[in-house]
Amino acid sequence: MGIISPGFTGRGRSGSDLPPGQYLTQDFPVLSAGPTPHVLPEHWEFTIATESGEMHRWDWAAFQRLPAEEITRDLHCVTRWSKLATDWKGVSLDALFEDVETAADFVMAHSYGGYTTNLPLEDLLDGQAWIAYQYDGEPLAAEHGGPARLLVPHLYLWKSAKWVRGLVLSDTDDLGFWETAGYHEYGDPWKEQRYAGD
Amino acid sequence: MERTALRRRLTWQVGTVTEVRDETETARTIVLDAPDWPGHLAGQHVDVRLTAPDGYRASRSYSISSAWTGEGVELTVEQVPDGEVSPYLVEVLKVGDPLELRGPVGGWFVWRPEQAGPIQLIGGGSGVVPLMAMLRAHGTAASTTPVRLLYSVRRPASVIYVKDLKELAASEDVDLTFVYTREAPAGEPRVGRIDAALLQAKAFAPADDLTTYVCGPTPFVEAVADLLVTGGHDPARVRTERFGPTGGPR
Repeated sequence: MGIISPGFTGRGRSGSDLPPGQYLTQDFPVLSAGPTPHVLPEHWEFTIATESGEMHRWDWAAFQRLPAEEITRDLHCVTRWSKLATDWKGVSLDALFEDVETAADFVMAHSYGGYTTNLPLEDLLDGQAWIAYQYDGEPLAAEHGGPARLLVPHLYLWKSAKWVRGLVLSDTDDLGFWETAGYHEYGDPWKEQRYAGD
Repeated sequence: MERTALRRRLTWQVGTVTEVRDETETARTIVLDAPDWPGHLAGQHVDVRLTAPDGYRASRSYSISSAWTGEGVELTVEQVPDGEVSPYLVEVLKVGDPLELRGPVGGWFVWRPEQAGPIQLIGGGSGVVPLMAMLRAHGTAASTTPVRLLYSVRRPASVIYVKDLKELAASEDVDLTFVYTREAPAGEPRVGRIDAALLQAKAFAPADDLTTYVCGPTPFVEAVADLLVTGGHDPARVRTERFGPTGGPR
């Protein structure tokens, strides 16, 4: 189906390499479903629970002792903004999963404040995902998910759970918060998987 | 609405503009006839897609301002000064034009008539749009649920839906408080921002069955949601929708 919008010319064609339907922003907009949780690092804890119930646990000090990486990636939000070459520092999920024994295929990320989002485990490994705690050289602000958030930049940003507190491994792909509310279960920006069924 | 309904596949459809209403100097309501529109919940939004003659496309999401009454859908669009889509919708689009739509979208920042408990609405600027849909749905459903709106705006001329809101306020169904941040009308001397004292005086006190909806620019929502939580509101009962950049240096 193709209709022309009478009188619409559009802004200059940027020619930049954005996923379909995205526009470029220099700002860093915020999408959150509720009030911003304010979690102090000394009260922070991150866990990975396997499908057999085995728990792996890090407090802030133990987490900070893990090898950190500098990460520069483009971000794509389902609300259509993209922000290029953002600078982060965080711990690779590969490091966190080093001693985790699992045969599960899926992960539910849980956040302080109750947010959840579901991802395939393979999207979190092999240098694709981090628990990030610095943005642009500064401690990550609470409104952007501080003290630490999941960062999975190859998927729409709602998958990069702010205020992350744990991952629960599962054999089934259950739906998280926005996924239950009508958003896509996977969320690949290059395939424009915004909403269920896309 | 059950999960199956919220996860229904959404396809693009063509609506036709049947009316436009200038709400303020920069905000306009667009009334659309959309024969395939499946209906919506108050608070949901819709994706709008524009296509240029060379095939170039631009899409954005806008909040729906109408309650579902069985036909059509209304959006209210605030013009973003350096925007690409909103200036077209506010200044160029005219009655009779086609407009591509996809929706409704969003299943969290919504009010359902069957949900229990009073509702507190708090809007900043054009953040009032989805809250207006809730007020209208409240009226359409003849709901007796107590509802209050705190509406923060720069000045009287910035008030969207001024006539509708004044009618609602006069009907006693709705408790309405304007908060003017730059310039107040004669006889209402208070100029300032929503603070703890104002929430104490004008908003519902924390309650187990209260649902609070806060919508506006990101710094506004951050400030109000923090005040609510500090004031004893359960964060799980405060639903937010933010737009625009975070404040501060950038």
